[in-house]
Amino acid sequence: MIRLDYPFTKEAVRALKAGDVVSVNGKIWTGRDRFHKHFADGGALPVDFRDGALFHCGPVVVPVKDSPDGDKWRVVAGGPTTSVRENPYEPAFIERTGVRLIIGKGGMNARVLAACKRFGAVYLQAVGGAAAVTAQAIRRVPNVYFLDTFGAAEACWEFLVEDFRCVVGMDSHGTSLFAEIETASKARFDELIA
Amino acid sequence: MKPVVKQIAELVHTTSSSLPPDAETAIRKALRRETRGSSARMVLDTILKNVVLARAAGTPVCQDTGTLTFFVDERLRRKAPRAAFNEAVAYASGQGWLRRNTIDAIGGGSIDSNVCPGSPVVHYVPAGDGEPCIRLIMKGGGSENMSRQFSLPDATLGAGRDLEGVRKCVLSAVQQAQGFGCAPGFLGVCIGGDRAGGFEEAKRQLLRALDDVNPDPRLARLEKRLLAEANSLGIGPMGLGGKTTLLAVKIGSRPRLPASFFVTVAYMCWAARRGVLRI
Repeated sequence: MIRLDYPFTKEAVRALKAGDVVSVNGKIWTGRDRFHKHFADGGALPVDFRDGALFHCGPVVVPVKDSPDGDKWRVVAGGPTTSVRENPYEPAFIERTGVRLIIGKGGMNARVLAACKRFGAVYLQAVGGAAAVTAQAIRRVPNVYFLDTFGAAEACWEFLVEDFRCVVGMDSHGTSLFAEIETASKARFDELIA
Repeated sequence: MKPVVKQIAELVHTTSSSLPPDAETAIRKALRRETRGSSARMVLDTILKNVVLARAAGTPVCQDTGTLTFFVDERLRRKAPRAAFNEAVAYASGQGWLRRNTIDAIGGGSIDSNVCPGSPVVHYVPAGDGEPCIRLIMKGGGSENMSRQFSLPDATLGAGRDLEGVRKCVLSAVQQAQGFGCAPGFLGVCIGGDRAGGFEEAKRQLLRALDDVNPDPRLARLEKRLLAEANSLGIGPMGLGGKTTLLAVKIGSRPRLPASFFVTVAYMCWAARRGVLRI
């Protein structure tokens, strides 16, 4: 297992290969459908994503009072959401922000893979639906943006994570596990229905 | 709060925070079949840890607490009216047992209580054997997006109006879904029906115990064959490759019109949350 700490450097990211199991640590931000649409429509981003991580996630959060860290929220459940919906927006997001880690589930398309290769980013597969395990890895919720406009499930949450386990699904050298498995399963499917 | 409302709210809480024991056992068995050190094994191991954690803490197994579909024995219509489900779901949402998960389709606003016309879904169904009960399925959007409906004949698949055609449709749905629906999945399939009824019946098939045997031997054989063939596709847990792509296939049927022959596939993620409340 390979440990990654925020800020995620280009060198650390370039060293990863598809299939590697990684442990993500430090600051990450969530963004999903409305966040990406906002970005594509030319909206301003609330934080600097350079050397950062974008997590496709709609968490279940509850308000907390009197947290020793001053946090106003706690994550009860928080796994990844399906990433393909962000395919149209992600290449531009990677290019313009300098984000290094895209975390989600299901993988993304060839254009995103090309952007990962060109700008030095990787796609990490978190375990879909593993909400309790993911919530445990999210130690703190220091900030939230767009809560009122996008709602809790779609807001841009700032998390501090510890040992958030993922698999490198797409690396920065043009290899996508998802594409390989798609092709192999299609060949097998053709045999089965022949 | 009326006792029945409290009972339904508790059913929602239990269903959201635990997997049925047979589903958990199926995942445990699948893990043993996967190669040591593989991503398939890492994923299944994380899933099992997650199930244990969620159960102990009473928190959602999956953050997408899904569409809540209740199947209610019609003998309970008076004791458990629609309003009781609405009240229970609003209460469960306030407790953090459910995500704020309901979006107004036109305006895009969040309906924080998860209660509005059409949510939750409540079907009153003909009385079954035994004591009357309320069954609940919680199915997330990632898996719902992978559900498919085919209309036979289908020239692309070379699928005709027979069980061989059905087999091709189901395999196509699994191959298309890859890991997007949070594999390993459970399939509910309906042969026939109109379009809406097909999806309702396919979802109802997901209520079946994993070890039950289809009373129709033709469907029982098809279920077994499809499970083995789907697992030979190599898609694996979360689509990262492996031996476990599906954990179960359950097939039912509804009568159809002469002109229509639908095959409906309800794809359920590994977090196959189903619960039952006996009253």
